[in-house]
Amino acid sequence: MKELLMVENLQKFFTTSRGVVKAVHRVSFAIYPGETFGLVGESGSGKSTVAYMVMGMYRPTAGRILFKGQDITMPHTRRPLALKKDLQIVFQDPGSSLNPRRSIGEILELPLRVHRLVDTRRIRERIEELLSIVELPPEYAEKYPRALGGGEKQMVAIARALSTEPSLLVLDEPTSALDVSIQAKIISTLVRIQRERNLGYLFITHDLSLMRNIAHRVAIMYLGRIMELASARVFFEKPLHPYTKMLLSSIPVVSEEEEKLKPARVFSTGEIPSPIDLPPGCVFHPRCPEVREVCREREPEMVEVEPGHLVRCHAVSSGS
Amino acid sequence: MQDVLLDVQDLVVHFRVYGGYLKVLDGVTLQVRSQERVGLVGETGCGKTTTMKTIMGILPQPPGVIRGGRIFFRGQNVLAMRPQELERLRRSGISMIFQDPTAALNPVFTIGEQLEDAIRYALGRTDHASIRERAIETLRSVALPDPLRILESYPVQLSGGMRQRVCIALALASPKELLIADEPGTSLDVTIQDQILRLIHRLAEDRKMAVILISHSLGVIREWTERVYVMYAGTIVEEAVTQELFAQPLHPYTKALIACVPKLTGEGIAEGIPGRIPDYFEPPSGCRFHPRCPYALDICRKEKPKLFAVCENHRVACFLFGEENR
Repeated sequence: MKELLMVENLQKFFTTSRGVVKAVHRVSFAIYPGETFGLVGESGSGKSTVAYMVMGMYRPTAGRILFKGQDITMPHTRRPLALKKDLQIVFQDPGSSLNPRRSIGEILELPLRVHRLVDTRRIRERIEELLSIVELPPEYAEKYPRALGGGEKQMVAIARALSTEPSLLVLDEPTSALDVSIQAKIISTLVRIQRERNLGYLFITHDLSLMRNIAHRVAIMYLGRIMELASARVFFEKPLHPYTKMLLSSIPVVSEEEEKLKPARVFSTGEIPSPIDLPPGCVFHPRCPEVREVCREREPEMVEVEPGHLVRCHAVSSGS
Repeated sequence: MQDVLLDVQDLVVHFRVYGGYLKVLDGVTLQVRSQERVGLVGETGCGKTTTMKTIMGILPQPPGVIRGGRIFFRGQNVLAMRPQELERLRRSGISMIFQDPTAALNPVFTIGEQLEDAIRYALGRTDHASIRERAIETLRSVALPDPLRILESYPVQLSGGMRQRVCIALALASPKELLIADEPGTSLDVTIQDQILRLIHRLAEDRKMAVILISHSLGVIREWTERVYVMYAGTIVEEAVTQELFAQPLHPYTKALIACVPKLTGEGIAEGIPGRIPDYFEPPSGCRFHPRCPYALDICRKEKPKLFAVCENHRVACFLFGEENR
């Protein structure tokens, strides 16, 4: 299958008054049509920076982004309109991503006009259709964001992203600020929409349990690097990186069956280091329970231990 | 019940707003025994924090109005306490930590100034050297490395996890019998949340302290508490020994909530709970969950169900259970 999105050796450094923040370091992955690719990490891991580079909001320091085989590494101001139409994003906080002074109808109308997608007389009809895709009643076109609950606002943000009929949707923690009962509703809607339209999702999240249920492949980031990448099944059944194991064993779960699936308890210790002052060698070594001498000296390379299963760890690549 | 430390009965709290009252708490009943770890779980806006603030005597009044109910701590009536007595309660009885440690710390004072203040207040001592020593000791007890440097730091210089440890240190500057932890790890990463919850657990055991852990995360509640109360729209809908609740949830709301949690077993995602949390201005009659309940009976619209003991360790407020409720 042909890749929808390919990210190659992507890097992003930010210069600040306190030093250079190495936010993203040589990140590579691909997303296929109809696939949900989960990019998981804790705060400061660089997962959102990757998403923003894909969207052209940040300019990469190095590396390439290919979309449908075309180089799109340029900033969004230089991207053609047709590309922007094909690549859309949903942000974490729908409270700040929707204009409080525009009605829902006006919010959904804007992309239709910018991209000249429907005849002016049919705009109303299309807005109602978009609302129905996210299971909101047509009357909502007249409402303002403040009258909506958090989950409903996020549904509007999703409808807006879908209005241009994109083939790739970047979802930046779309349900992190919401309660589980509302998250369930939004996620099941997203899954249905993906099936109907063969959409590719780049799903940015810190929630591994959620990824177990909807991602086809998962990559885990720590301090700007991908530490492990695998199909969701392999990732959860046979995690190899000590960081993955630590994360999985820290997840609070709600049943005995899940408890059995968690790796042996790895107690999390230490703080996440500052991305300005990265530890030498493997960036995870100060918190790693399996740390060796080599980990303090040399950064491990990404190694494909099995087809499609990549790990960045000395302990795993040296085969013990 | 023996050894009851905190006893809340039928607490009713409303909030005065323009044009009427928000009827938030509608008869909350809960007990905490000494040294017990109790969970309070429910979604945003269900009244978890309002309940705790009322217990602590820090509910802003107005707009809050306590319309009914009783709160006893060590047998003393909290609602009848005078300001000095409430102060004594917070000094040596109950402490609370909040979700956002950044908002709980004053950004313009060093950790040392804030912690030493808390110790001076809690112990009523003024000798500078002994207070300093005590501050260092307190920071060590919450596993903060390099206490001398931290005492000189401002909150902004610490990470979220470290700030929450400082808040725990502040709360426990003097011995307490009950610690209320309101979403203590929610704003933190999962590995750091795990460290904080482990710390609270260890401190509670070492100091023979009871804990009320408030969370919207069912997983956190299951892992860290012995008994749990499930709250929906200002009412307790179910109460059970934690293991029992997760093995056999009874209330339709509890069942639906557990079904919504994404599982590591990867069985897919539930559809969510239809409808939304009720408007407290005009809450539904009878059982507040009835408009969203797939099993709602006629009586559910008319009468409010009482907590009914299904067995010794399990009570549920639902007309589907128990003859006495019908």
